Amino acid sequence: MKFKSLIITLFASSIFLTIIICIWKILATLQGLSFTNLNFNLNLLLSLGLVITCVFIGKKFNHNLKIFILSLSFTILYTFLNEDSPMWFSAGIFLLILFFTNKLKKYDLKYLNQDFISEKIVFEFLSLFAIVFFALVILFPFYIMFVTSFKTQTALLINPIDLSIDFSKNIFEIFKSYFVIFKTYDFGRYILTSSYVSVGTVLITLLFAIPAAYAVARLNFFGKTFLSTSILIIYMFPAIVLVIPLYTVFSQLGLRNSVEGLLIVYTATTLPVAIYMLQGYFKSIPKEIEEAGLIDGQNWFGIIIKIIIPLSLPAIASVSLYVFMIAWNEFLFSLMFLDNPKTFTLSRAINHLTGDAETPRQYLMAGSVVVTLPILLIFIYFEKYLVSGLTAGSVKG
Amino acid sequence: MSTSLSKIEKRTAYTLLLPAVFLVFAIILFPIFANVWISFKEVGLKDIRIPEPRAKKIVKNIQDSNFELKIIYKLRNSSLIQDIREVRFSDKLPKNIEPVNLDKRCKFKSQKIKCFFGNWEAGYRENFEIFVKDVNNNAINNNDIKSYNPDLNGKSNNILLTTDFTLKNFKKVFMNNNFFELLMTTFYFTFFGTLGAILLGIFAAQLVNQKFYGRTFMRSILLFPYVGPVVALAYTWTLLLDPNSGTINSLLVNYGVIEKPINLLGQKYLIINILGFELKLRLALTTVIFFEIWRYFPLAFLFILARLQAIPKDLYEAADVDGAGPFRKFFYITLPQITAILSILFMIRFIWNFNKFEDIFLLTGGASGTLTLPISVYQQGFAISNIGMGSAVSIVIVLLLIIFMIIYFKLIGKKANEI
Repeated sequence: MKFKSLIITLFASSIFLTIIICIWKILATLQGLSFTNLNFNLNLLLSLGLVITCVFIGKKFNHNLKIFILSLSFTILYTFLNEDSPMWFSAGIFLLILFFTNKLKKYDLKYLNQDFISEKIVFEFLSLFAIVFFALVILFPFYIMFVTSFKTQTALLINPIDLSIDFSKNIFEIFKSYFVIFKTYDFGRYILTSSYVSVGTVLITLLFAIPAAYAVARLNFFGKTFLSTSILIIYMFPAIVLVIPLYTVFSQLGLRNSVEGLLIVYTATTLPVAIYMLQGYFKSIPKEIEEAGLIDGQNWFGIIIKIIIPLSLPAIASVSLYVFMIAWNEFLFSLMFLDNPKTFTLSRAINHLTGDAETPRQYLMAGSVVVTLPILLIFIYFEKYLVSGLTAGSVKG
Repeated sequence: MSTSLSKIEKRTAYTLLLPAVFLVFAIILFPIFANVWISFKEVGLKDIRIPEPRAKKIVKNIQDSNFELKIIYKLRNSSLIQDIREVRFSDKLPKNIEPVNLDKRCKFKSQKIKCFFGNWEAGYRENFEIFVKDVNNNAINNNDIKSYNPDLNGKSNNILLTTDFTLKNFKKVFMNNNFFELLMTTFYFTFFGTLGAILLGIFAAQLVNQKFYGRTFMRSILLFPYVGPVVALAYTWTLLLDPNSGTINSLLVNYGVIEKPINLLGQKYLIINILGFELKLRLALTTVIFFEIWRYFPLAFLFILARLQAIPKDLYEAADVDGAGPFRKFFYITLPQITAILSILFMIRFIWNFNKFEDIFLLTGGASGTLTLPISVYQQGFAISNIGMGSAVSIVIVLLLIIFMIIYFKLIGKKANEI
């Protein structure tokens, strides 16, 4: 019998269970339940008891029956010892324990007797904990953003941690913030401007980058190595050092407060990485195909249009999505160049909303949802392409 | 034969490259050099507009007369700070209409009034009047006269193009007592932000590199903080951390973890007592660094994950045979395999975090001890409206960047291409 691994299992697993129960409790608080005590110590003892029973019973019973009975009895014990709570909260606790005891399936005394097992156990619970941690840390702000947009100012002032959505109200009342930002704050126009700027940037960048990338990838000319290294160096210079000169020049040329000005700047700042990504891909296309094209009497224009572009569609998709994301999310230049509400992009419009301290936070969050949702949906749908774009472009960010 | 072919190739290459190179030159390289020029000048935001002579035309009837009219031109210099030299004016009159008692500065010729006003100092204003009458004593239609617009032009100095230079801006930047603090804040922010993002990235990559249910979902959401727009995310975090009724503070107070809400983004120092030692923590800066880590660890994660997946599996199989646990596998196999990529990542992310503007600007605006160099550029240039100072700070950034890049290329420039 190895006590070390047994004790490690007991503590690692019961601490893990207690923490996920605490998280569930905190999330329930945000749904309007008035808990004020996490009861950490009590729940830790309970969990310890659960794990001990679970490990000692081991595989003597039918697994499904075992976890069902254990979860049910633990849930009843938990509800009995803690403060009153509605059914759905207890049901959540039940499911959590069901999941947890199922994870403990292979842990019986025999398993714990193996060599080098304690390290494995710690690692396993650490991984489980990491999954919960990352999921929570990342999704929590998005969740709050989404839920806050459905609240009203008074409800938020009365109880700031009650973020439950009141479904008894009619649809118009629930989505009121969204109606307001589209009607009063003119968000429809900003969505159009943002889309126009982002799609425009993608098209112009491709128009400039594909020929340039082809030249860098295939043709021999004086200064080629210099050019390809300087592409990366130029890429490293940040927007903030360009902003003052561009602001002065654009003011004098009357390009401020114009979508064209933004298009020019966005294109120029994304060009280096677009060229860098595309030329890498172009190099991987077999030269023989182009030579065949040359023999058929194509000039370079025909080769690019008829051979290179169709063959490198995946890379072009990556570049397009990456550039689209950069342009859609861009903030610094839109802050500097746009001060007429008629030319605002979405990011700039949300920043403008916060300029007025009176703006209720649910409008701000509704605006944030409007700017975040499209880019997240695009990301989820085209994840494969965008990830390869991100990996190549992640020198920047 | 071959020479002419290579010539064609060269010419094609240059044609293909020209548009892209030109644009990048105009929008990226030119401003970097323009910064040097501006930083040696005393220019404010209001000096950028080129002064123009302007005129507003008003036509007035004269009592008891149908065939005489008064035209008033409200003349002014659009700039309140700069003079305009040699202002010239011209306006047209309809047929058969002539000026009466024309001002000495003006001439009338072929239905055109041409005037030479000389120099207008800054903020100059004048109501310039002309009386006109119909030659045939007919009634004059006001709208005929209004239909012409006066034309004005003059010479002025574009303050950006003059050759007066000064070292004042740089003196102010370096002699400022806070310059050292500014530099240190920037380095703290950059160093800890980079380090934290990479550590978190290693954890995340190690996690996703295992097999578990929901792994692809996990990989997607890990990238959310980077993919989401910075404006939305920064404001969400500001609301979360808000001391009055922000979710996190309210939760902590609700569960009795803290007695009073903590202003995580607005409080410069937090004093912690550990074993009788007083520690002063830069609270707002720490919060901003955590946001930075949260937002940019996905990039480190992507890079490291790609490298982890390229590690040969047999290394781990051999370790399994030797009975090595997961921690030993990590320290003796994984870590040595990823050190190269980690050092590259650290350098690149360091350079990029050094330039970060949006995140701090949106969270704190540079207040409560979070002023970094990029924020300082904005504050000097646009909040205090001193473009010259802003450029001088930009130059400091560019110089430091060049030093970082030299270090980068000396240390790992060649390695970067191999990986």
